[in-house]
Amino acid sequence: MDGKTIMLLIFVFIIAAFLGVELISKVPSQLHTPLMSGTNAISGITIVGAIAACAISVTLENDLIGIIVGGIAILFATINVIGGYFVTDRMLGMFKKKEAKK
Amino acid sequence: MNLFGFQEYLCIFLYMIASVLFIMGIKKLGKADTARSGNLMSSIGMLIAVISVLISQDVIPAGIVGYGIIACAIVIGSVIGFIWAKKVEMTGMPQLVALFNGFGGLSSMLVAISQYLALRSGSTRIGSDPFTSITMGLTIVIGAVAFTGSLIAWGKLAGLKIFKKPISLPGKNVINSILLVIAVAGIGLYTYDPTGNLGFIGIIVTAATSLILGVTLVITIGGGDMPVIISFLNALSGLAAAFAGFPIGNTVLIVSGCLVGASGVILTLIMCKAMNRTFTSLLFKSVAKKKSSAATGEQKEPRAMSVEDAYLVLEAAKNVVIVPGYGMAVAQAQHAVKELCDKLEDNGSEVNFAIHPVAGRMPGHMNVLLAEANVPYEMLKTSDDMNPQMDNVDVAIIIGANDVVNPSAVDDESSPLYGMPIVEAFRARTVFVLKRGKGTGFSGIENPLFTNDNTVMIYGDAKQTVSSLVSEFDS
Repeated sequence: MDGKTIMLLIFVFIIAAFLGVELISKVPSQLHTPLMSGTNAISGITIVGAIAACAISVTLENDLIGIIVGGIAILFATINVIGGYFVTDRMLGMFKKKEAKK
Repeated sequence: MNLFGFQEYLCIFLYMIASVLFIMGIKKLGKADTARSGNLMSSIGMLIAVISVLISQDVIPAGIVGYGIIACAIVIGSVIGFIWAKKVEMTGMPQLVALFNGFGGLSSMLVAISQYLALRSGSTRIGSDPFTSITMGLTIVIGAVAFTGSLIAWGKLAGLKIFKKPISLPGKNVINSILLVIAVAGIGLYTYDPTGNLGFIGIIVTAATSLILGVTLVITIGGGDMPVIISFLNALSGLAAAFAGFPIGNTVLIVSGCLVGASGVILTLIMCKAMNRTFTSLLFKSVAKKKSSAATGEQKEPRAMSVEDAYLVLEAAKNVVIVPGYGMAVAQAQHAVKELCDKLEDNGSEVNFAIHPVAGRMPGHMNVLLAEANVPYEMLKTSDDMNPQMDNVDVAIIIGANDVVNPSAVDDESSPLYGMPIVEAFRARTVFVLKRGKGTGFSGIENPLFTNDNTVMIYGDAKQTVSSLVSEFDS
């Protein structure tokens, strides 16, 4: 990887870190669980890396273990993503506003 | 026309859209009214990111075999994740979140290993330069710690038998430091010789020691500190995903992984602040020998009351505050509590919930349980909101909470809890404490609240006690 690309990637990393801090700083405590569970689902973005890694291994002729490891990575990342989003949605669906007094 | 060139730009464009959706999604997740649409938005971002990688130059050459394998893994994973998410009881939520988080860490670790294997098998896609090697190694370390750490957290939260007793690890700081040093040395070995045998040994050493490190780091941490450690592990799994993006130069991985990492760190710090502890002390200090409170000289017996008498007090109360804690989750009393809350409101009382940020076993644990029982979220107040009004409260009902209402935190400088922000329930005119028995909380710290003059203990299972209070209102 050349130096220019490396610096660009680090740049992206740092900016994203600051953005994340700014985004989260003022979240009411009642939303901590959904926030955690929702961001947890986002950390399943590693599924993108898993798909790429698995596919790269497929194109090589002698990398069966790489394919298997990559495939397992996809599997677990998918559980993280799908499970995470549905659980978060279920939780948020329960948060209700007060109904008008009967 | 250069079809591949066009695809490349399309991929980057789609990654950009996905990243924006993640950012907006997280922002919306932070507000109650928009949280659900925020979650939906970020899931659409995820879908777009996956589509984008599927049409990228990494995947297309893999052909029909590649797509077949990927599709299989995704379908199986989706089914498992979906069923799991639908079936879990709300009380099982903390451990499920921990488990999913562990899977994310595991996946990132495997991605790095798979990248390494591809390089070893002669792929030119993965570089053998120091930057690629170091980030790959860090992915393995962070992913592995997030994985085994989350598994241990899951075991503790699920109440597995082996974790029932507090586990202490003599010299755990030394052990952890040594493990970390060995793991880093492994990365060094790999960076020095990425394609040779030394690199192979390095990768294995790094992976093995990091997996152990996750265990030793989390195993000594007690149940009450779980909200902090879960947020921390969440941050780690995000960071692992971000680092997994470096070797293949994938920006969407870096951006979203890093967003999760940063938000996890913030949440960790919020939790620490709520417990008046620094994160380093939580992670590195062994559990301090808790001395019993200084005021042992004037041991008083707590006053107990029957449900019938408690009802009479409640019936006359105009302003009631309910303080839930982990005990409410254990007794699964949230629905009964909601019923009691309705009865009190019908009776003309004003009812609020005062929820301490670290009540329960994960951040916001109580809010989720009460939301499940249909308690509207406007009634769920933070301790900061409720404390100023506490003097006007007729009855504070404490359900399975202990340390977060311990007045020693305010007035006893010798107490280990001193300085921790608490729900100042002791200032209410009458305090009901619903408790199973006379024991202390998880920290083993004496709670003078129980022997205060305005405090009344109602012993028994929280759910049963609350239900019998409800039936008193009916009769």
